[in-house]
Amino acid sequence: MPRYELNDTDVVVIVGSGAGGGTMANELTRRGLKVVMFEAGKRQSPATFSQNPGEAFAQLTWLEPRSQSGTWDPVKTSPTLPAWHCRTVGGTTVHWTAATPRLQPYEIRARTTYGEIPGASLADWPIDYAELKRWYQVAEKRLGVTRRNGNPGMPASNNFKVMHAGARRLGYKRVHTNYLAINSRPRDGRGLCIQQGFCVQGCKTAAKWSTLYTEIPRAEASGRLDLRTECFVTRIEHDDAGRATGVVYRDAAGAEQRQRARIVCVAGNAIETARLLLLSESGRFAHGLANGSGQVGRNYCHHVLSFVFGIFDQPVSFWRGAVLAGVVEDENIHDPRRGFAGGYHLELAMLDLPTLPLIGMPYGWGRDFASVIDNYRNMAGMLVNGEDMPRSDNRITLSTTLKDAYGLPVAHIHCDPHANDVAMRAHATGQGRKIYEAVGAKRTVVSPVTPATHQMGTARMSHDPQLGVTNAYGRAHEVPNLFVSDGSVQTTAGAANPTLTIVALALRQAEHIGREVAGGRL
Amino acid sequence: MKILATQTDSPESADRRSFVRGVGVLTGVIALGHPLAALLPSRAWAVELRVLSSAEAAALLAMIRTIAPHDTLDDAAYALVVNAIDGDAAASTAARNDFKAGIASLGDGFARMPESARVQHLKQLEAGAFFQSVRLKTLLVLYSNPIAWAHFGFEGEAFSKGGYLLRGFNDLKWLPDVPLADSGPMPLG
Repeated sequence: MPRYELNDTDVVVIVGSGAGGGTMANELTRRGLKVVMFEAGKRQSPATFSQNPGEAFAQLTWLEPRSQSGTWDPVKTSPTLPAWHCRTVGGTTVHWTAATPRLQPYEIRARTTYGEIPGASLADWPIDYAELKRWYQVAEKRLGVTRRNGNPGMPASNNFKVMHAGARRLGYKRVHTNYLAINSRPRDGRGLCIQQGFCVQGCKTAAKWSTLYTEIPRAEASGRLDLRTECFVTRIEHDDAGRATGVVYRDAAGAEQRQRARIVCVAGNAIETARLLLLSESGRFAHGLANGSGQVGRNYCHHVLSFVFGIFDQPVSFWRGAVLAGVVEDENIHDPRRGFAGGYHLELAMLDLPTLPLIGMPYGWGRDFASVIDNYRNMAGMLVNGEDMPRSDNRITLSTTLKDAYGLPVAHIHCDPHANDVAMRAHATGQGRKIYEAVGAKRTVVSPVTPATHQMGTARMSHDPQLGVTNAYGRAHEVPNLFVSDGSVQTTAGAANPTLTIVALALRQAEHIGREVAGGRL
Repeated sequence: MKILATQTDSPESADRRSFVRGVGVLTGVIALGHPLAALLPSRAWAVELRVLSSAEAAALLAMIRTIAPHDTLDDAAYALVVNAIDGDAAASTAARNDFKAGIASLGDGFARMPESARVQHLKQLEAGAFFQSVRLKTLLVLYSNPIAWAHFGFEGEAFSKGGYLLRGFNDLKWLPDVPLADSGPMPLG
């Protein structure tokens, strides 16, 4: 692995090694660029992933505290962990459950489709669907998505049999084992899914796509990736002309270092990406780097999320099998007669012990609570994943109460659910209950809003520089050599789990950077 | 937590030891027929406490059983939570004082109250830091140990056994099979 000089002004710096950063590293080194990629966490591998849920959580999760406010449930139910994502090489692609649906054409035209919705800051994406679809196809081939490009679908698990039978009885038509970035057959030098059910602890067979063992080793094989683990970027610097010149970071020993760069790509997950831009305030950018519009950190979206569990008289053993191998797609439409704008997916889900009581029933104690866990063998589960409304005041700011180990303010998250989110959640959890009741559930249980696993919108793409932070290529409106390469750029949330979109947009951004560099414009 | 290897280590001898050290001990015997009983050298178990007295540990155990009441789950599983909280209380003087004050707020005789009275009592403490820290520790520790997993049927990690692909991930028979168009073929079939 090369070690580039700190004063090498020719390198591209990538902050973060997840779906966006890891993909960018492969794509840019492939094009001959020198890359320094920073990752705050340590490097694990399928051999080191713990198979104890509690240990795995500690091994992979971003555990630095956040402060939070607002009326959304995690303020009360999950005060120290409002968002559940990773801090490790490969980022959140290490613990993700690999659902890879596409956004629908109506969803990237949310403002036009839904019209003006009071209290929401909707906008249309500055990109044509035909263009996005072209990059989805490239991304689906890269990830080996099931049910696409001839890759067989996943076989049906017990948990999915319950979902499928119930959903069919309700009249749903588009019910299948989901689009998954998990090998249903050996592929791309990796094995097939053996239905362990431990997707979230890191996939021990590497059947699930993660940049940790796909994009990043390929970038390393190019001889042009300098990956610095346990290094935390605290600031992006710029010159008098307003171009990014490099980053300040703490190395693994905690010492401050400064890496020069020709281009900076930020892919720290939408919470940390916004925090880094805000921490990079300067005389020229008094409210944070690339934040002349004031939109950095705003419009934070995290999807309408809730678990629905059904309890039956007979065993389901829902922990066996790929976690998200099932979906009901029929509600992923815009039909205002349901009482809300936008749509949702119902996705198969299970929670291990102890995660079920921690995440699924976080208020719980006493007889009623315990009686749910007593039925663990006989439970089926699903997760609502719906489009939430962007709101200007749902935002990431710098905490005024909490600081990190380096004395820097941590991220503060403020969220007030929009009435549309509340109405959608009520509808979706109601349909989830009906699915289970249709096949004889003796009881159904709905979770509160869970900690956010999908982070979006905090540096959103816009045509108008006043309405967003980045252009259609994720390039900062105000800083020409600064790119955002993660879910922060999503103009709106849609109902699709964001990773496929992050990868598709990163592939497109990398091509754009390659073209600009080749043309001498970057 | 130590699961002591000899049946002779009776509660009486354990109490004598705790008297010498000024701290407590929590003891029990795993029920005959319990899956673990066949695996362990002895069914007797004991938690040697660093900070809490035997009486405090008994009150705490009753509180944990009220938070997560699974009647047929062995006390040994609950004792793991007591052990973890005792460890937290040993971390600093402030933590020790907080936990001891919290347990004192349960009042004399808490462990002997009927469950309904314990629930009423805990409801009054529910918003406080002591209750919430014990509740969270209960969720974290009680539901992540092999005694509880065996009890609830959770089979845990399966990588070491080749996953569930050929071990029942699709063995549900009380509903119809899913058509191939909505799923996919078994890879090894």
